[in-house]
Amino acid sequence: MRDLRQPAVGRWVLSVVTIMLWVQTAHGHVKNGEAAGFLSGFRHPMSGLDHVLAMIAVGLWGAQLGAPAVWLLPVAFPMVMAMGGMLGLLGVPLPGIEIGIAASAILLGLAVLSEARPPIAIAATLVALFAIFHGYAHGTELPPGQSGLLYSMGFVIATGCLHGVGITIGTIHRWGWGQKLLRMAGAGVAMAGAFFMWRAFK
Amino acid sequence: MSTGVRLKSCCSMSLGSLFLMVLCPLPAEAHLNSTGMGPVYDGLLHFLQSPEDVVPVLALALFAGLRGTDHGRRALFVLPSAWLLGGLLGLASTSSGNSILTVASFLLLGALVAADAHLSLLATTLIAVLLGLGHGYLNGAGMGQPEVGAIALFGLVFMVFVTVAFSAALVVRLRQPWTRIAVRVVGSWIVAMGLLMLGWNLHGKL
Repeated sequence: MRDLRQPAVGRWVLSVVTIMLWVQTAHGHVKNGEAAGFLSGFRHPMSGLDHVLAMIAVGLWGAQLGAPAVWLLPVAFPMVMAMGGMLGLLGVPLPGIEIGIAASAILLGLAVLSEARPPIAIAATLVALFAIFHGYAHGTELPPGQSGLLYSMGFVIATGCLHGVGITIGTIHRWGWGQKLLRMAGAGVAMAGAFFMWRAFK
Repeated sequence: MSTGVRLKSCCSMSLGSLFLMVLCPLPAEAHLNSTGMGPVYDGLLHFLQSPEDVVPVLALALFAGLRGTDHGRRALFVLPSAWLLGGLLGLASTSSGNSILTVASFLLLGALVAADAHLSLLATTLIAVLLGLGHGYLNGAGMGQPEVGAIALFGLVFMVFVTVAFSAALVVRLRQPWTRIAVRVVGSWIVAMGLLMLGWNLHGKL
């Protein structure tokens, strides 16, 4: 009797495991994590003051430089930033990320403070270089279970909105008092960048 | 046959079966969300809930709008027609697509919008055909319910038509330079999303 039972148990186990592994087709499912993915991506650039200040400074500097920099910088930044994010996702090593981010705040702040007017190619290259560091640091932190596409959308849109905030604030550049205020804001960004640099080396 | 030999044989069979089952998973069919109002509305909702479809359609509409009325009209009729054809082909197939097509759509169309590329009407038509066939195929293959899916496709294609109509018409009417630049900025955002998606895809494979 005992001899007969053991193979029967084995067949049961085999059947149960087979049924469990035989994946049935899913007829309709609710998409999970979609809104959370977008919100995570949207909130992420806002969560770090270093990122926020640098993005706004890009907008401020663009507004000071006027056309075509006012639109060229915000067009170039998200694309190069995403390339930085891609490098991070691929695991390509990029040393000195925190230092690069702090340096971006310092130099962009100084550019706004001094109303620097380099050739557009140099300005775009400088901003693109900083964008790589920001993308590398911030674009790769997808929380588990959330949509990568919607996270990317939220992240890019939030960054663009921060540029928009900078450009909108930068419209005060047309008035004398506005120019002074913008320079003060540039000084503030540069000082914050110096603090980030100190923290990076700490 | 002794009990030990029987058990060993049974375990071997189990392991063999397990291995085969793991190697042969069935594709997950049908991801239509139910609105409770029938397959036409299910298809319509499916499009609206799929940013991987909405964004490329929006990008093509923005590009066609930037290029003018002729391009807008061409995209308006060619894209939904190609989408429907691709969807029907997808419904008839058993293979599922991959996300590389979506990434390519984001990158190509976003770059065209960001650069405000001056392409010919024929080029716009070709892009609309390729986009419609590719994404339509992926939609059709993903639905996996030929009888319901075909009806849902009509709802989906209707939404594609509406999206192109509204978006392209809005951009065609833009006259102020800064408004056209704002459209190009949106194009750069789409490229950025495509690059990050490419990163996620490659990251998953590494």
